[in-house]
Amino acid sequence: MATTAVEAPIAGVVSEGKATDKRVVRRRRGPGPRVAGTLWIGPILLLGLWFLASATGVLDPRTLSEPWVVVETAQRLIADGRLPEALATSAYRAALGLVIGIGVGLALALVSGLSRVGEALIDGPVQVKRAIPSLALMPLLILWLGIGEPMKVITIALGVLIPIYIHTHNGLRGIDSRYAELAETVSLGRGAFIRHVVLPGATPGFLLGLRFAVLNALLSLVVVEQVNATSGIGHMITLASSYGQTEIIVVGLVVYALLGLVADGIVRFTERKALAWRRTLESH
Amino acid sequence: MATHAGESLKDPAVRVEGLHRSFSEAGGVLNGLDLTIDAGEFVALIGRSGSGKSTLLRALAGLDRSVAGSGVVDVPERVSVVFQDSRLLPWRRVLDNVILGLSGPDARARGLEALSEVGLEGRDKAWPHELSGGEQQRAALARSLVRDPQLLLADEPFGALDALTRIKMHKLLQKLYAAHNPAILLVTHDVDEAIALADRVIVLVDGVVGSDIRVDLGTKRSPGDPRFASLRAQLLAELGVVEEEVA
Repeated sequence: MATTAVEAPIAGVVSEGKATDKRVVRRRRGPGPRVAGTLWIGPILLLGLWFLASATGVLDPRTLSEPWVVVETAQRLIADGRLPEALATSAYRAALGLVIGIGVGLALALVSGLSRVGEALIDGPVQVKRAIPSLALMPLLILWLGIGEPMKVITIALGVLIPIYIHTHNGLRGIDSRYAELAETVSLGRGAFIRHVVLPGATPGFLLGLRFAVLNALLSLVVVEQVNATSGIGHMITLASSYGQTEIIVVGLVVYALLGLVADGIVRFTERKALAWRRTLESH
Repeated sequence: MATHAGESLKDPAVRVEGLHRSFSEAGGVLNGLDLTIDAGEFVALIGRSGSGKSTLLRALAGLDRSVAGSGVVDVPERVSVVFQDSRLLPWRRVLDNVILGLSGPDARARGLEALSEVGLEGRDKAWPHELSGGEQQRAALARSLVRDPQLLLADEPFGALDALTRIKMHKLLQKLYAAHNPAILLVTHDVDEAIALADRVIVLVDGVVGSDIRVDLGTKRSPGDPRFASLRAQLLAELGVVEEEVA
């Protein structure tokens, strides 16, 4: 059935190839099978348009630099070490904020998910914090911590903590109580219960939270790097902006995009490995 | 019934006296129930829905701490439970599910042995979702057996399986019972299953033992046997089903 649908994807057409087969082949609901590589058509078209507009002079280089200038600039920035250095600084900030945020968020979710006292103490404040965008806290953090690295890392960590907490906590609370009953019948101790039931059961929630957390970390990174930064990709972009160097700005944006893609790829890969036990629509 | 060590026959595996359990003010689910199961005895528990079968089983399994009630419940040290659903942890491979909570260097070896005993050799590294319903229930049986239970509590363990698989599972349970000889309390709604497997059938009515019938049909039991049929008619009558209705 599936193969016939691919052969004759048009709605309401009687398949013509086989005279004996008079079944009406109906189009499947949904967008139909995916064709490899089609995801790239849009971006490539857009790139081509940019190239064409720059080459014909329709696009003023002061608005947006020519693509070949951007490539040259990237090569130059890599060669003189400015880009690798800025990238290392930014990646370090994001990673440090991520690690701290994940650790704290996970610990809070476990304490709050496994005890009523913990929930009473932790859940409320986290929900209140959730209502305040992390970036709105920056003025206060700047007052407390100055404009140095601690402020930047903590702002990122605060943005990471919330989705990790919310989704892990949700995952914990969603664990089927029948498994707790089973744990009782096989006399699992507290530690073994956490190791065999709680942590694996909360993993899907945690990984979902992680994807939001990575996104938040990147967003916070961009913002904190524009506040009086003296290093990092954001600093490079801010500097270029004052000198009207659009080619450097574009290089910075591409680097941010690559950072995001790589981080998301790592999370997806982890997800596939850690959730091999799940039978989902995606895997089957 | 297989009789080995004389002393184990003397000590009952289960002793329940005056068991009351109620979920609301209105009325009890169990109303002063008395029950004794000998060591190594296979007892089937039948009753209409709401008669308190599962409540009794959960009381014996110690899973009803939040339920109001009174009475004496005496069970052996090693009790295993098989649920209607296999209740395998989806994120643990089959062998790890079987030996869940066991420790010691021989745990894996014992788990593998239990798996081969239930006919699942070679499936130890499979994920639970890769097994069929019958295979999942076999794994659940292996998880119970590897703990060498003195009492096996089974709450409609074959209720969710198709008829053919159920017959195979009956044979498997009989084989395991013969090999390990734990006391078994099998809760079921299937009268034929009760007669085919158990030494004794207990009918629960309004939270007490309504009747307690010994099944003396030997080891080869066939539904074609007239004694089988008359026992079935008797039990169905106890459950309030008139014969014409089932014929």
